[in-house]
Amino acid sequence: MATDIAAVNTTRGLRKVGRYSLLVFVAIVVLFPIYAVLLQALKSGPDSLDHPRSLLPVDLTFSTISEAWTQGDLGRLLMNSLFVSVMVTLGVIVTSLLAAYAFAFLEFPFKGPIFVFYIATMLVPGEVTVVFNQRTADSLGWINSYQGLIVPSLASTFGVFLVRQVFLQLPHELREAASLDGVGHLRFLWEVAAPLSRPTLGALGLFTFLGTWNAYLWPSQVIRGDRAHETIQIGLDRLKSNDISRLNLVTGGLVVAALPIFILLVVFQRQLVRGLTAGAVKG
Amino acid sequence: MILLGPSGCGKSTLLRMVAGLEDPTSGDVFIGDRRVNDVEPKLRDIAMVFQSYALYPHMTVAENIEFPLKVRGVAKAERAAAALKAADVLGLTDYMKRKPGQLSGGQRQRVALARAIVRDPAVFLMDEPLSNLDAKLRGDTRAELVDLHRRLDSTFIYVTHDQVEAMTMGSRVAVLNAGQLEQVGTPQDVYDHPASTFVAQFIGTPPMNLLQPGQLGSSDVRVGVRPEHLLIAAAGELEGTVRQVEHLGHEVLLLTESPAGRLTARVAPHADLPIVGETVRFDVAPHHLHRFDAVTGVRVP
Repeated sequence: MATDIAAVNTTRGLRKVGRYSLLVFVAIVVLFPIYAVLLQALKSGPDSLDHPRSLLPVDLTFSTISEAWTQGDLGRLLMNSLFVSVMVTLGVIVTSLLAAYAFAFLEFPFKGPIFVFYIATMLVPGEVTVVFNQRTADSLGWINSYQGLIVPSLASTFGVFLVRQVFLQLPHELREAASLDGVGHLRFLWEVAAPLSRPTLGALGLFTFLGTWNAYLWPSQVIRGDRAHETIQIGLDRLKSNDISRLNLVTGGLVVAALPIFILLVVFQRQLVRGLTAGAVKG
Repeated sequence: MILLGPSGCGKSTLLRMVAGLEDPTSGDVFIGDRRVNDVEPKLRDIAMVFQSYALYPHMTVAENIEFPLKVRGVAKAERAAAALKAADVLGLTDYMKRKPGQLSGGQRQRVALARAIVRDPAVFLMDEPLSNLDAKLRGDTRAELVDLHRRLDSTFIYVTHDQVEAMTMGSRVAVLNAGQLEQVGTPQDVYDHPASTFVAQFIGTPPMNLLQPGQLGSSDVRVGVRPEHLLIAAAGELEGTVRQVEHLGHEVLLLTESPAGRLTARVAPHADLPIVGETVRFDVAPHHLHRFDAVTGVRVP
């Protein structure tokens, strides 16, 4: 009897060890590149090439980062990225609210099929449409402009879907009570439906901001050498160097580019998790 | 006016058609002299209290009550004063800054009422407003509503499936069954002269005794007797065997089986009540007999 329990405990213990080993391994796989980038950025050019000493946290300096800052004009790139990301985020929240409201509260012919068709566009990868969108932007004269960066991202199928789900969960009586009070659609959306979906809107905003901040493909197509409108992700390109001792300038720039979203993630972590699990918990 | 009937009889639908939340497939809706079929809900001069209260969860009590006025563009100071007045009527002034989530069911209910009062409508529509309250609170709120009705002196249309609410609150009661209007009248009239066996059995606790056709009348008539009208009498026409004796304190219910069907009698509590198994005879005064058509259930003279 006692030995049985001991045996069970041993198996349990072993299983636990196995599980944690796997977690530790995965954590290393995920964290190591971040560690390596950070370390590279915090070393001088020559030091960063001194393998394997380059992987040890010694001889740290901010000189690379500050050089990247001035040479890459990172301040301006950050402002561009911030502007574009904020505009896209606000735009996506507004368009998602409006479209989700229509799909949740209004009655119109072919509502179901239209919604399905709309959602189905999520199946089309963004890469497929890049070339056509670029041509459209070109014909509109939007190459090298903020509107070229912002407008194509203003509608989000995922956002519409997410917000619609929340709207569908609002009690129907709220809309009825409001309509008896003479509340129109826009007012109900603005004063009742939107405030009640604030957690979801927060998560949607955060995701959109992160996505826009990190976007590379579309900005690289629509910004053609115009330094004034570059976002940070494509502007970092200019830090590339043929001088082997300055290779890690790009890494310095990367750290600068990642810092704002790192802060954002830390601050809004709970919001993010809530957004990810929103559909899962409520069903 | 009370709309009374069992679940699914169409009373809520009727109310919602008056409100304009649903369109009638046929017929006209009049509020006062005005046909309102094609009038938008907000222009019908009505206020509705929902069973679930439908308060805005993100607004405070004050904001909830003010909201209908805000929508109409009433000035801030004016609507705050109106909200305070409505809140005062319902004893809500201490809770103005709370959110609905921080209130009890009864308080939420009163906020919903205040939100209706503040609009000063021609008609109040209430869809089972008390059904989410516990028994004690329901009794209190019932009295408050009756009081409110008297003070406001406007029309209330009140949907319920609870005949006690209907009897105690209504100036008039409309009994509905399966989408059909069975009877309209004062509560006492509906109780004293039910238009059909459905009404007879739906109103009154315990319900009216319905004898088998042919008992105390011809074979195409069913006779009904209210429990309080069955009098124990040695020479009575009806005979029953006592199955159960229910002591309710102020009265006693005798549940008996008889050839005429089940008979329930409401008698005063006294010492020499029959016991279970005993046979009793009942007498009924002729003017307390109700006659219904054995087939259609409709009252016959």
